[in-house]
Amino acid sequence: MFTNNPFAALFDVLPANTMQIYLILMVLAVIAGTLFDMVHKGSAEYFFINWRKSKSKASQPISAGKMVSIAVKTGVVDVLASGEFCNMRRRIAHLLTMYGFLLYVGTTAAMVFGYPTLATPTPAILPQLWWLGGLMICAGGYWFWFFIRVDVAAEGGSPWRLMRADLFVLSLVISATLGLLWAYLQAVSNVAATALFGLYIIATTVLFGSVVWSKFAHMFFKPAAAFEKRISRANGTAENLPTQTRDDPEQQKKHSMELLRDAPMDMGLGIKREAPRHY
Amino acid sequence: MPTFVHMTRCDGCGHCVDICPSDIMHIDKTYRRAYNIEPSMCWECYSCVKACPQNAIDVRGYADFAPLGHSVRVQRDEQKGTIAWRIKFRNGTEKNFLSPITTKPCGTAIPKLADVPGPSKEMRDSQLLYSEPNFLRMDDGGLHTLKSNGLKMTKGVVY
Repeated sequence: MFTNNPFAALFDVLPANTMQIYLILMVLAVIAGTLFDMVHKGSAEYFFINWRKSKSKASQPISAGKMVSIAVKTGVVDVLASGEFCNMRRRIAHLLTMYGFLLYVGTTAAMVFGYPTLATPTPAILPQLWWLGGLMICAGGYWFWFFIRVDVAAEGGSPWRLMRADLFVLSLVISATLGLLWAYLQAVSNVAATALFGLYIIATTVLFGSVVWSKFAHMFFKPAAAFEKRISRANGTAENLPTQTRDDPEQQKKHSMELLRDAPMDMGLGIKREAPRHY
Repeated sequence: MPTFVHMTRCDGCGHCVDICPSDIMHIDKTYRRAYNIEPSMCWECYSCVKACPQNAIDVRGYADFAPLGHSVRVQRDEQKGTIAWRIKFRNGTEKNFLSPITTKPCGTAIPKLADVPGPSKEMRDSQLLYSEPNFLRMDDGGLHTLKSNGLKMTKGVVY
């Protein structure tokens, strides 16, 4: 089961180029949806207005080399390691879902385009990574859905309550779950596999086709927002946030900080000691 | 001059929802991010602004009556034990403040109020406390609570 390409087994029912065209259409749907979203919300326009304002108020201009190094740091810390999350549970759930999604989509494309029929034997690693990606999506997705979602965790909302904000996560976990179930039923030659494949395609189409209404496009916008945040810290504007900290020896000597002169640098957690669940 | 959330910075952690004393910071159903559901009831206590770990919340006068560009932003760092303010006036003047918020590590030196003796008869009859026994029901079974009245809080938030 874990070493068989589930898509190749479909070739007698579904021609290989039909599956390939479907994948291309899904990619185009994501691109079109993201572009429409950007135009409709004016995200790119506001981003660049903000960028120009920050540049004009900068007290420390940033060289091209520094900008490249900030871009690399954003890529490594904020994108690859989801560093913007302050809460470790949310961060881990996001990493599971993100890397699961990348594995799942990557291996699906590799199998559908590279090894579309049983005539071309698929290397065992691809279906294994496909299963791993799907299971990671389910692990991170369901954990988030039932325990971490803020309307459930901080407001006591029912985990079964659905709202538009749930469209992306729900369609993603349902698509992954149905995909894995279909692959399992197909491997054991169960008659329900065909029906499940139909549901899987519907869920996947909803996932990729609802970019305009869901939060799918955040995966493109968030890296830009994280980069802009780092740039504003580096150029002195810091989004008008204070930049003075206790780490600076000059600040430690000030009269206002007298009471902390002999105190440890780590004062422990105060309001953050408990999770925000006091509803 | 109510609070507002920069939704691109908010990551939906719920700290502002938890801390708002007026119960007006809630989660938007379309984006699952925080927003102020009743700006007219906000008294700008800055609890949500200080609690937000992403500094996604700001307080600013509406642009029609405060158009010249002002900014009051705060960064509360409880692990360092400090609070920092950066205030920009409309004429461009900028002021920065850095102050302690605690002098002992958080969670230590919590007073054991249960061990402190209650007010003596003399203190209860004094000018300051003479009405407290009546209002606090000190001789009538204590403060009214939900439990003492056989009521139960409905879990969750409805708005």
